[in-house]
Amino acid sequence: MIVFSLFVSIVFAVLTRDDPKEQIVFGARLFGGFVGAGILIGWLLYPLPL
Amino acid sequence: MRAAAAQRTQTSSLTYLLCAVAWFVPGAGHLWLGRRQKGIVFLVALTLMFVFGLWLEGRLFPFDMEQPLVALSAIADLGVGCPYFIARLMGVGRGDVVAITYEYGNTFIIAAGLLNMLVVLDVFDIAKGRK
Repeated sequence: MIVFSLFVSIVFAVLTRDDPKEQIVFGARLFGGFVGAGILIGWLLYPLPL
Repeated sequence: MRAAAAQRTQTSSLTYLLCAVAWFVPGAGHLWLGRRQKGIVFLVALTLMFVFGLWLEGRLFPFDMEQPLVALSAIADLGVGCPYFIARLMGVGRGDVVAITYEYGNTFIIAAGLLNMLVVLDVFDIAKGRK
């Protein structure tokens, strides 16, 4: 999940921002959002039966 | 930094040629338009993502029109361009359904193809002078 988030964040950040500094900030936010959302959704699904 | 070539609006036929090149080699469209940093990042990131998917036992789906989801996955796989054909020629990407990483591998391969399609659309916008 972390590797996938890293690749997708890099591509989206470079695709949508032109300035390298903005790319880094946006990419880091995106990466944090992906990982955070993944962990949160994982915990929300935890009580559900398989 | 943008080259002068990227700032000119491209002719229609050149735009489509650019899009075809951008699809076939991830990042090549941006490199052609003088956006070197973006082009190199796309080339490395998307190719690595695709290779990672294959390494995780992902499958290159066949164009089976009787199974619409499989056919859609095949179209997404094809989106990555040249690496797809290289993988096919090398005989990799058969996928191992019982492997624990099978679905992860598929996700990497499909996402690499879809992201490259977005990159192609970006090249189209740049060539048309919209960005």
